[in-house]
Amino acid sequence: MAATRDVAFVDGVRTPFGKAGPKGIYAETRADDLIVKVIRELLRRHPGLPPERVDEVAVAATTQIGDQGLTIGRTAALLAGLPKSVPGFAIDRMCAGAMTAVTTTASGIAFGAYDVVIAGGVEHMGRHPMGEGVDPNPRIVADKLVDPTALVMGQTAENVHDRFPHLTKQRCDEYAARSQEKFADAVKTGKIGPELVPVAIRSTELGWGLATEDEPPRPGTTVETLATLKTPFRPHGRVTAGNAAGLNDGATGCVLAEVNTARELGLPVGMRLVGYSFAGVEPEVMGIGPVPATEQALSRFGLSISDIGLFEVNEAFAVQVLAFLDHFGIADDDPRVNPWGGAIACGHPLASSGVRLMTQLSRQFAERPDVRYGLTTMCIGIGMGGSVIWENPNWDGSK
Amino acid sequence: MLTQEQAARAFPDEVVTRAVTRLVRVAGLARPVALITIDNGHDHTRPSTFGPQSLVSLNAAFDTAIAAEPAAIAVTGKPFIFAVGADLSGVEQVASRESALDIARTGHEVFRRFTDSTIPTFAFVNGAVMGGGLELALSCHYRTLSDNTAAIAFPEVFLGLFPGWGGTQLLPNLIGPDAAVTVIFENALSQNRMLKPKQAADLGITDVLLGSADFIEQSLAWAAGVVNGEVSVRRADIDRGAGWDAAVERAKGIVQGRTKGASPGALKALELLELARANDLDAGYAAETEALTDVLMTDELRAGLYSFNLVQKRAKRPAGAPDKSLARPVTKVGIVGAGLMAGQMALLFARQLKVPVVLTDIDQSRVDKGVDYVHTEIDKLGAKGRLSPDGVNRLKALVSGSLDKSAFADADFVIEAVFEELGVKQRVFAEVEAHVSAECVLATNTSSLSVTDMAAGLAHPERVVGFHFFNPVAVMPLLEIIRAERTDDAALATAFAVGKALKKSCVLVKDAPAFVVNRLLTRFMGEVVTAIDEGTPFEVADRATDPLGLPMSPLVLLQLVGPAVALHVAETMHHAYPDRFPLSANLRRFVEAGKTAVWQWDAEGKQTMDPEVAALWQAGRNPLTAPEVLDRVLDGVAEEIRVMLDEGVVAEAQDIDLCLILGAGWPFWLGGITPYLDRTDVSDRVHGKPFLPPGVASVPA
Repeated sequence: MAATRDVAFVDGVRTPFGKAGPKGIYAETRADDLIVKVIRELLRRHPGLPPERVDEVAVAATTQIGDQGLTIGRTAALLAGLPKSVPGFAIDRMCAGAMTAVTTTASGIAFGAYDVVIAGGVEHMGRHPMGEGVDPNPRIVADKLVDPTALVMGQTAENVHDRFPHLTKQRCDEYAARSQEKFADAVKTGKIGPELVPVAIRSTELGWGLATEDEPPRPGTTVETLATLKTPFRPHGRVTAGNAAGLNDGATGCVLAEVNTARELGLPVGMRLVGYSFAGVEPEVMGIGPVPATEQALSRFGLSISDIGLFEVNEAFAVQVLAFLDHFGIADDDPRVNPWGGAIACGHPLASSGVRLMTQLSRQFAERPDVRYGLTTMCIGIGMGGSVIWENPNWDGSK
Repeated sequence: MLTQEQAARAFPDEVVTRAVTRLVRVAGLARPVALITIDNGHDHTRPSTFGPQSLVSLNAAFDTAIAAEPAAIAVTGKPFIFAVGADLSGVEQVASRESALDIARTGHEVFRRFTDSTIPTFAFVNGAVMGGGLELALSCHYRTLSDNTAAIAFPEVFLGLFPGWGGTQLLPNLIGPDAAVTVIFENALSQNRMLKPKQAADLGITDVLLGSADFIEQSLAWAAGVVNGEVSVRRADIDRGAGWDAAVERAKGIVQGRTKGASPGALKALELLELARANDLDAGYAAETEALTDVLMTDELRAGLYSFNLVQKRAKRPAGAPDKSLARPVTKVGIVGAGLMAGQMALLFARQLKVPVVLTDIDQSRVDKGVDYVHTEIDKLGAKGRLSPDGVNRLKALVSGSLDKSAFADADFVIEAVFEELGVKQRVFAEVEAHVSAECVLATNTSSLSVTDMAAGLAHPERVVGFHFFNPVAVMPLLEIIRAERTDDAALATAFAVGKALKKSCVLVKDAPAFVVNRLLTRFMGEVVTAIDEGTPFEVADRATDPLGLPMSPLVLLQLVGPAVALHVAETMHHAYPDRFPLSANLRRFVEAGKTAVWQWDAEGKQTMDPEVAALWQAGRNPLTAPEVLDRVLDGVAEEIRVMLDEGVVAEAQDIDLCLILGAGWPFWLGGITPYLDRTDVSDRVHGKPFLPPGVASVPA
């Protein structure tokens, strides 16, 4: 049996995220083009990586139809100009698509099947709205396999509120306003930006343009303005467009490599993979998924929550983040959590978000030699959670 | 500058290429880049062009750009297309010198703003770029080029024009005179050859070649590098002395060789190339404007545009062809005969249709030789890299031979290329019919025999069509498709579908002696030979047609066709029309003596007459002058065309012209021939009226 090998997260990049819909920046841009630009940028930033050394291209998309279909990992590799000898595949675990692309290919590296891979995700929710073309098995309802609300993500978030009455709308709005503020600060200080790939955007009306920044953020959002928003999933509910991530378009990607190969090719090591776990929960409260996934990951790899110095938690809904923090006894405004803001501000193009979390964590690691371990975690539609634990190669025990 | 109202009046039907300016932030630049997109609102199958309203729009977009005080101004196109030049349909409508002047001047005025701008200007050439599109790109200070660009060219001289919106002045001063001659003259006059992106970049037409996957992004990043000084751009040193002299001489040689000085556009381009040496844009553009106005008002140019439309449009929608839905699929092809012509056809069918092709002949050694020829040609294509090893295997496996015509049993299309004798061909068709299905199309590559006669006696004469290729089969674009008296629509539609799949331009022709091209060339040659027979010196007669600028003189053409073949066709024509196609006893003696050429050339290329030919030719005592010979030839051709139209050999005079352009290589500036006959009043002299309505291939009144 092959010995387990160390996996490095070399570097990650992403497109600016856009708002889904006819007025969004990517309204006339194809999904496959978004991921292609990401792959090209990764290769451009790492000229030491010969394209033929890429052993796999794993690209996630939730709705694998049209420009997100046709085995997008393979077609994106070809479109990006990678040699035809480089294989690729498509992968789907809803919101955790890119995260699963990373864990799956990282496992292949650890096992010895790959040396270098590109993993990422894309979701163009404007061209492919959530649920496009789905055909749920009638037994799901007939056999009461899941609660009927399980397929509507906003309703699952309301269900999390029901389960944890102390996670109030007020706390969620406060969390959301803080996310916007932290994100705006991170943009201002140049923390967010270096990982962005400019994307040429076409508009028949306006001509060619260039997307260089995220479209969804609303800097200056206050708790007061959030309080006035409608609750579209329930009358007098708690979940609003302000305390949840929006519907977005975007793509992310990263290079993973076996650590010695990274050294051989002169590739940086942004993070070292420690381990990961995915766990299932009741689909109607999918937001609590990160809790068992994280418990499992920590116990499997012999760590405790107190070992984690930085958290990148996907913000599909504020209530789902708060449920996670509440479980582990972490304050709503703990500075270790999403220090540069989160998806409530920058957006959540489903299958691509996992690598955004990792990219940001690796950039935070570079600034924080005092932190040894970090966690990226997210809730996943149809009742799951995923957690990946990373070690900071810059960690210096004396700090 | 024109106003929008004036522009709309000048060309109301223009498909307007709209220019819009958008300010984009680019990393490394404090101020935005003004990115102008030019887009006619159609997909890539209708490329963007410039008419008056388009230029007004571009001018306004430039105003918007300047007003924003950007770090740079860049212009790019819609996906796959930058811009392909002036809207030629607008040019066709120009009836006055003033309108022509407006076209010439407006292009200069707008494009020059990109050159004179104090803000750096860039063209992001993201796709097809020709003519005025290339001139817009050249007018910018810098250029990036996408590596998937399908077409890069100055086709103007090919059309009878010249690059008149700055091209003749900008290009030689950017890439040097010799390279400019290659682009403006040599490529244009080599069937409008296009440059590949790498060639264009290597010539220095563009500054950097970038990948298509993120072309706009990388172009903007490159432009930012140029603006902030991180990227330096190298330009060629221009030799304005001996190098320029040599380039002009080379251009003159090309123009003389390819046009015989008969195309005004090419001649003006020569003058402008010489003028560009001074690199004075004021003087150069003034001269371009003047010359462009002149050329736009010539009938030669209008004939060139007419020719271009015939080749681009009419050739793709053959007049009189039956509905293509009637065509039957062709999944296997039979060829009777395994000689050179049959081999060429087999190669073409296998390459383009990619279906099994079976050759038959009268003995095994001929069959083997025929198949071997095709396999060798396929190997040659493989060696040249035109076919992959798999492709070579595939094609070779498709081409086989059989002595037994039962190998045709499941063929859908059988073509014969056997000896030109009616009885032989009738027998061949009868044998084939015994094996094939009732629907299998039987085609003949005869050049002069009656297709109707060939079908007589068959059980299914309705499946017989004429399928007349020109030599060399792989190269010549024309295919005359002949409907015999009993040919049905399904067989004819199948023939057109096959012709299209073979990538030939098909023209429907009635079953008349020698069809179109051979009939007219025989008449043309017959008049020259008659003049010689009557006592005109060979040199005088052979040079008489020089003013037309044909690809070769009549006696060189005779040599190329082969005097025996020419005589055979002449006899067929004489048999059909003894009055108009006399038989030359001299020509028969010439063929019987085994002669193939009148002229011979020494080591230095000096042309002399073969003394044996001089000895056997018994000439009369009534020599004509060259102009008299030319009149006689043109009168003969005009008369023959009128007879052909009256007989209904083709639908319209346009089809005659199309056949002459594609089948005989007759030049664009003649418009084939009828525009030339009309504008030189030959038509009037012979028939009292022109072939084409005024304005169709001439300056409208």
